[in-house]
Amino acid sequence: MENPAFVHHAVVLSLILFALGTLGVFLRRNVITVLMCVELMLNGVNLAFVAFSRAQGTLDGQVLVFFVMVVAAAEAAVGLAIVIALHRHRDTLDLDAFNLMKG
Amino acid sequence: MMIDAVLFYVFAAIAVASAVVVIGQRNPMYSAFALVVTLCSVAVIFGLLGSPFIAVLQVIVYAGAIMVLFLFVLMLLNVKREKDSPSRGQRTLSGVALALVTVLVLQAGAVLLRSRPTPAPDYDASTFEMAKILFSPHFLYAFEATSILILAALVGAVVLAKKEL
Repeated sequence: MENPAFVHHAVVLSLILFALGTLGVFLRRNVITVLMCVELMLNGVNLAFVAFSRAQGTLDGQVLVFFVMVVAAAEAAVGLAIVIALHRHRDTLDLDAFNLMKG
Repeated sequence: MMIDAVLFYVFAAIAVASAVVVIGQRNPMYSAFALVVTLCSVAVIFGLLGSPFIAVLQVIVYAGAIMVLFLFVLMLLNVKREKDSPSRGQRTLSGVALALVTVLVLQAGAVLLRSRPTPAPDYDASTFEMAKILFSPHFLYAFEATSILILAALVGAVVLAKKEL
């Protein structure tokens, strides 16, 4: 089976998704939206893994995607629990409000 | 083959457009729904790249489980629209700068990939082949360790979200 020509473009797409996620982490002030932007970045990485795996013709990249998804699920669960605890203590989700450790 | 390429570009455009909505929306609820669209179109692209297992996993785990968790917390906490903050211009500038640096660095990697001739003669990413690799001695221990990670995350999430912390 020949490689489809769009494998390179899939890498470019993953790049765009990762950059948009990075931009979103800086742009948004809501903790939950920032977490969603991190998920967007993880998805860009996953797409790059799958595209590289396809280009190389091995399955190792896809196994890594599997592990990334497991870690992303764990991260989302713990992160959202922290968000709930933060909301209980400060009654807001604005990142600018959490400045206790600011020097 | 032709229809594959057309589908790829259509869903790539949908993914980028909805990702822009994710980071551009002030209402987190709209961001969450746009992110579901992004995740599903990336799942289609996984399928087009010949990895059905990862595509299904993406829909079930990401667009299913993780996004339901996000929406649940959004509705639980009754999140309101984001207000303007004084440091907005500065943050936008640093965000754009960092995103551009990321694009440039990673583009160099993509160029390196292009310069290397890598034919893929027999690429079989069926669930059977995935399982053979995943349960091979090379990845088996990592695979078992993920179950401990999930358990730790489960306990940690319950403890963190408890009332009397």
